[in-house]
Amino acid sequence: MIRLARGLGALLALTLPFWLANPYFLHVVIMAGIFGVLALSLNLLLGYTGQLSLGHAAFFGIGAYTSALLTLRLEWSFWLALPGAVALTALAGWLIGRLALKLRGAYFVLVTISFAGVISLVSVNWMELTNGPLGLPGVPAPELGPWSLRAKSAYYYLVLAGVALSYLVCARLVGSRIGRAFLALRENEPLAESVGVDVTHYLVLAAVVSAGLAGLAGGLYAHYTRFVSPEVFLFTYTVTMVVMVVAGGKGTLAGPLVGALLFTALPEALRLATSWQWQMLAYGVLLVLLVFFLPRGIVPALAAWRARRAS
Amino acid sequence: MAGSASVVTLAVRDLAVQFGGVAALGGVSFEVSPGTITSVIGPNGAGKTTAFNAITGYLRPARGEITWDGAPLTGLRPSAIARRGVVRTFQKTSVFPSLSVADNVTIGLHLRATAGFLDVVLGRRRIRDEERRLAADAEAIIAFVGLAHRRREIASALPYGEQRLVELAVALAAHPRLLLLDEPGAGMTSGEKDVVSELIRKIRGRGITVLLVEHDMRMVMGISDIVIVLNHGRVIAEGAPADIRTHPDVIRAYLGTTGDRA
Repeated sequence: MIRLARGLGALLALTLPFWLANPYFLHVVIMAGIFGVLALSLNLLLGYTGQLSLGHAAFFGIGAYTSALLTLRLEWSFWLALPGAVALTALAGWLIGRLALKLRGAYFVLVTISFAGVISLVSVNWMELTNGPLGLPGVPAPELGPWSLRAKSAYYYLVLAGVALSYLVCARLVGSRIGRAFLALRENEPLAESVGVDVTHYLVLAAVVSAGLAGLAGGLYAHYTRFVSPEVFLFTYTVTMVVMVVAGGKGTLAGPLVGALLFTALPEALRLATSWQWQMLAYGVLLVLLVFFLPRGIVPALAAWRARRAS
Repeated sequence: MAGSASVVTLAVRDLAVQFGGVAALGGVSFEVSPGTITSVIGPNGAGKTTAFNAITGYLRPARGEITWDGAPLTGLRPSAIARRGVVRTFQKTSVFPSLSVADNVTIGLHLRATAGFLDVVLGRRRIRDEERRLAADAEAIIAFVGLAHRRREIASALPYGEQRLVELAVALAAHPRLLLLDEPGAGMTSGEKDVVSELIRKIRGRGITVLLVEHDMRMVMGISDIVIVLNHGRVIAEGAPADIRTHPDVIRAYLGTTGDRA
């Protein structure tokens, strides 16, 4: 049953541009994919190690700026600039991880918020590098041999590959000794230490991978919209990621993707359905209802429902 | 008694711990011989758990030396101490609450696995073999503590006595050479205590040295090779259970004939 659903989902994802030709819908799906990578990234920290980062937009933004600047200023190929962006963001994640070594809970949250604030200010004020509030126009679209991936249908596949890669990395980590160490850190830190789990090492590792994935999403975003401005650091992006992870089901692999799809499509659907005054209100009410009735998220609720039916 | 000619494994010398201005431990010295079950007893507040926390790296002592197999443990992190084969349990029940019994024990096997970041992300075959081996090891340890029928259940949903067994299984999974048990019988029925006592004997039978803190005198006297008595942060007696039972200082400490209230 679940394998059938998975196979069907993969088939739909692989053929999507052929039956969803409407560029607007395709745009929504591409954005859902980029947010899917972001949600997977945040989930690694929030869902598995139990640490909430409210500065995730910073990693997204660093990834976007790095990839854009490497292609614009140094004329690197997209295929080198994107890994470069991932590497630099991972380095930023390492820095935050090291800084927050001894901090947990609210204190960790505060460090991540401040970090995002500082980075955002840098992007506005370091005119020579970032062009300040005017942003960086003309970020090149990726090319693959003789083909440009400028068309939405082509870019869709690039994003799909990014989502698949991120999912694979998360799935492999979660199913391993490393993922178990992440969980141990969330569940009971002193006990984890007592059996030899070097808690700080794994917290830093989770921050590095999480930041790297967010950087990947940033790079994908920059070369899709082909314009980067300090707006990428908006706190709203972080909040959206948290909503996606929590509503989809934190600490599950599929949850962040389900959340990303739902909460990218929902505002668009509401925009079509109602006037702007009602949009945010309806969004808020739906979110409250969701959290109220499915407190652990959509995916865990579905899993529990399946388990009940089976028994 | 055991270990008359053998080398000392754990040596605590002049260990002192301060909480603010209060001396929780005021210069304690004792040794634990390999292959024994050694118990630390004493009235509430005597400093038993404090000594455990200092030995396993959860507390930094104000003074003193802790050596294990000739090398100092002082100043190491708990995870580094575990890597040297010194593993503890906690006084309050301490499991990974929302995970299954099997997952709890598999986390305990952390040091028995070698998978690094690249091995995992690249999905190397070696890792799959290792995971299979870990799963088999976990099963064996779960069966050893008698929880085979509970392995798929969530740890926090188990009755209290069984959660303590999960805790024991997690500690055993870390392959200790010295196992420190902080009140393994606390809150258990006498039947459950008998089960735990038998398990502790079996653990010693596997060549693991056991150091335990316990309040239940029947249990302590029943399983210990050596008993160390702490009072007010000092060792007041040390010896075989039969000698401790009749030791005048011990009787005074417990019954308070000098007017002391612990």
